[in-house]
Order: sequence, then C-alpha cells, then structure tokens
Amino acid sequence: MSLAADLSPSKAQTTQQKPGVDQAPLVPRRRNRHRKERLFQWLFLVPAVVYMALFFGYPVVKNVIMSFQDYTTATFFTGEAPWVGVQNYVTVLSSSLFSTSLLNTALFTIGSILGQFVIGLALAIFFQRKFPLNGILRSLLLLPWLLPLIVSSAVWRWILDKDSGALNRFLGDLNIIETGVPWLTSTSLALIAVVGVNIWIGIPFNLTILYGGLQEIPDELYEAGSLDGATGWKAFRYITWPMLKPVVSVVLVLGVVYTLKVLDIILGLTNGGPANSTQTIATQSYALSFQEFKFGEGAALGNVLVIISLVFAVLYLRASRRAVDE
Amino acid sequence: MSESTMTQQIQTRRNPRKAEPRNWGHTALAILFLAIMLFPVYWMINASLQPNGATVDTTWLPLNPDFTGYATAISEQGPNLVTSLVISLGSVLLSLAIAAPAAYALAYFKVKGAGVVLFAILISQMIPGIVVANALYTAYNDLGLLNSIPGLILADSAHGIPFAILIIRAFMNGLPSSVIEAAKVDGAGHLRAFFAIVIPLSRNSLITAGLFTFLFAWSDFLFALTLTTTEAVRPVTLGIFQYIGAYVNDWSSVMATAVLASIPAIILLVAAQKYIAAGTSSGAVK
Repeated sequence: MSLAADLSPSKAQTTQQKPGVDQAPLVPRRRNRHRKERLFQWLFLVPAVVYMALFFGYPVVKNVIMSFQDYTTATFFTGEAPWVGVQNYVTVLSSSLFSTSLLNTALFTIGSILGQFVIGLALAIFFQRKFPLNGILRSLLLLPWLLPLIVSSAVWRWILDKDSGALNRFLGDLNIIETGVPWLTSTSLALIAVVGVNIWIGIPFNLTILYGGLQEIPDELYEAGSLDGATGWKAFRYITWPMLKPVVSVVLVLGVVYTLKVLDIILGLTNGGPANSTQTIATQSYALSFQEFKFGEGAALGNVLVIISLVFAVLYLRASRRAVDE
Repeated sequence: MSESTMTQQIQTRRNPRKAEPRNWGHTALAILFLAIMLFPVYWMINASLQPNGATVDTTWLPLNPDFTGYATAISEQGPNLVTSLVISLGSVLLSLAIAAPAAYALAYFKVKGAGVVLFAILISQMIPGIVVANALYTAYNDLGLLNSIPGLILADSAHGIPFAILIIRAFMNGLPSSVIEAAKVDGAGHLRAFFAIVIPLSRNSLITAGLFTFLFAWSDFLFALTLTTTEAVRPVTLGIFQYIGAYVNDWSSVMATAVLASIPAIILLVAAQKYIAAGTSSGAVK
C-alpha cells in the first residue's frame, strides 16, 4: 500500500509532462536525474523494508492463512494442509482452556502493569529529590531489566523454591511462616508469584521513562503553584499528573502490549502450570504449535492475541486523539 | 530527555551546595530500595559460589566460595555461550547494516512514505513473538534454516532492527544537513557522503543501537526455543531453560550459568552507562 501510494504521484507527473518534452529539451534529463535520485534514496530504505516485510509482514499473513488450515506435523511430510474454514477458531475458542487462559492473561497483564507503574512512579518521584549518589543508584536499578528474562526466571525459580528457596527461609527465620509456601507449585499462588516476578522486571523501565517525564516538567510551574498553595499532594494532583499524562499513556500502552505477549518468564517459572493456573493466551498458543504440533490451532490463538493487542492500540489512539482535540 | 537528565546530573554534581543540604537520609533509603531490587542478582551470585549439591543449605554469604558450579557450567554450557556470542555479534552487524541506511533515508531524505514505514515499525512492536515464530518455523523448515546460526541471526534481528532504526533516526534528525550538503558540493556521491560523513557523525547512536541489539539477541529465548529442534545450535538461554525444565538438584551450576549469561548486561551497565541511558530514554518514547 505504501509504495504504491508514494510512487503514483511521480507517475502522474511523468504522464502529465510528456507533451512538454520537445518544448524544453533540458527538462527530461533533469527529471531523469531526479528520478534516479529518488530511486537511489529508496535503495537506502529497501533492505529495511524487505526485512520488515519478511519477518513481520509475512508471518502475520502466513499465520492468518495457517489458522484456516489443518496444519500439523503431517503437513511437513505431505505438504498438504487441508482448508478447514473457521474450525480451528471454533476448537480453540470453545475449549475450556481458552477462558482460563484469557482470564489469566487479563489478571497477569493488569496485575503486572499496576504494580510496575505504581512502584515505578513512586521511585521516579523519590529520585526527583537531590541527594548524593542519586545518578549511580538510579542507573544500577536498571539491572533487572537488562538481564535475559530466562536468567531472571531461573533465579526466581530458586528464590521461590518451596523447600530451600531464599524467600521461604527468610519468612521462616522471621517466624512468619512455619512450613514452606509452595509459591510456584500451588494453583492458587503461582499466578501471583509470576505477576510478582514480572513486576520486578518491569519496575526499572517504568522508573526510567517516568523519571524522564518528570524531569521535563519545568520547575517554574511548581514555583508558581506553591505561591497558590499547591504543594505536596496538591502539586502532584494539579501539576505533576496532568503534565505527565502523555508519558504515562506511552508507558501504559507499551507495558500492556509487551505484557500481553510475555512468554519467557512464564515458561521459565511455571511452564504454564500447575494445572494451567498460569497458562496465558501466548503460552497456550506456544503449547498448541510447538508441543502438540497443531500449528493451525496455535496460529488461530496467536491471531486472537494480535486482535487483543490491536484493540488496545486503537483504544489508545482514539483516547490520545480525543485528548488532543480537547 | 536524556540530555536534560544528564544536565540535571551535572548540575547536581557541580553545585552540591546549591542542592538541598546533603541528604544522606535519602541516599540511605535509595540504597535500601536498590538492595531489595538487586537481591535476586546477589542471590544468583551467592548461589553460584556454593559447593555442588549443597545449595539446599545455601548460606546467606558465600564465605567459602566454591567454583565447581562454574566448572560444570563452563564444561556443559561453554559451547552454548559461544553460540550465543556468535549469534549476537552477527545480529548486531546485520541490524546496523540494515538500520543505519534506513534511518538515514528516513531522517535526511524525507522520502515519501517515511511516515508509513515508521508506522509499520511501531505496529511491528505489537506483533507477538509467538505469531512470528509460528510462521517462521514452517518457512525455516522449507528453507532448511532450522537449527542454523544464520537462521537465528536473521530471526533475532527482529528484536533489534525496529528499535535500531528508531534510535538512529532520532539521532540523525539532529545532524545539520549543511554538513552533508557540503560533502555533496565537494562531489561526494550518496554512498561517499553516507560512509564518510553520516556514519562517523552518528557514532554514538550506532554504539547505543549496537549494544541494545546485542542484548536483545543475547537474551532471545523464543526463537532459540522454537527454531531449533536438535542440540546442534543451542544458545545459552535455551541451555538454562533445559536446566530448569527438569527437576534441579544442582542449583550452583544453574546459577553459575545464569551469572555467565548475565555478564554482557552487567558489563554494559557498568562500562557503557552513557549509551544505555540514551537507549532507555529515547528509544521508548520516540
């Protein structure tokens, strides 16, 4: 769509100017050079466009096609993937596991985002104060975010271990608990534990972006506000929050979009278990494709996830446009 | 944003007296936050130094450090660490080779359709990795790219290329076009101007983008998991996953591998702080 739309004006120009060719002999050559120039400029962009088309465009299209096919391991040998219409969607959406993973996805996303955002914002406000070592301490806080997710999962697996994990030993030493809490192996606790770990991972990102946003708010506003009696909570409510809103919405939308597709942490911590209590749409899509080798059903569920993300993005775009209109 | 952050830091450092009276109380509180946040990292290092098999009684301090965990980790995961390194370096080269010219075209030529390309980049961030993996698996199977280093380099660059384009473009937007025009007047073609003027001037943004694409590829787990089926090519993230996939009775080796896999992140945080800060602030908001 993009290329066609861009090339058409120059094409129109060419046809329009054709009658003028014998009028001014210099024009065609210049136009030619101009066209060559255009082409050359596009060459800089071509590798990226091709890459994006192959590794983002193609998978999306291919996934839509696969979701309407009976695409299984047999397909790889016979090359046949019979057309089955919406059968994959019916199977996937009517399975009892779908409502479980949809609910888990919602709880995981909302819990993670709320925790990351509130703690990240609190820390960002705290770090606005001037105190020695501020910069160094703040940058060291980035570490959890830079570690490979699978490393974080492994470390937390060991910390949350029921029998000899650090958390249970710590709580035991304080006499808060008597026996080990099965953080990752109890159906009622596993999702909470996974959300907790994901909050830990997301705090640095939220802190960094929100801190940057806070720094952009001019000091004069607070000075003027304090003259009008806006200090403390009032200053936050009437100055900080309204000024920070654009950054907040970016953080939240990026957070939701990234959290919806999280796979590493859940696979590493619980592998979706126990008894599917931490199964999300993303992990379920993975399990269907790569463990049960029902690629068609996995694709269908993956598309459901894409649609959920899209709905979010559209809601966000609408909201931000409304904010601009106001 | 990063600039103002930096000026703020510089001001704080230059005029300590202008700042509020030395607020060591806040510093203590901040250190407490940091200690809580970094406890898992400490625990990883601590557990990696416990004697084999004795991790059940992990002491709170590694008073008698034991390196058998590292010996096991290196003998079992050493080749996987090398695989990860090769893939990550390959991904950095590929990502920069694709992203730098694209960023230049978007920032300087203002080609028509630049908006569409940027929009596509933003939208690409919403596509779940599992959707990409699902389709790539079938394509890679036909192309014979499963279990191959080039296959993983290509796929892992999907984490880095969109980010690299955005961050390099943001930087190149600030380059004075007069410099490039001057080179053109001197007879330099597009390619000469790009390699002799634009690339050297954009060095910092290229380093930032390169460091992050390295980290993204190094941390990749999804493509390692889905696009390999044998032990032939196995990044270390997958090695760790295999460790913790089964019942673990030797946590010190697992934690030693985790420490080794964290080294790039730790090095970058300590040695390349400036670039990391630039990446986290500009990349996410733009």
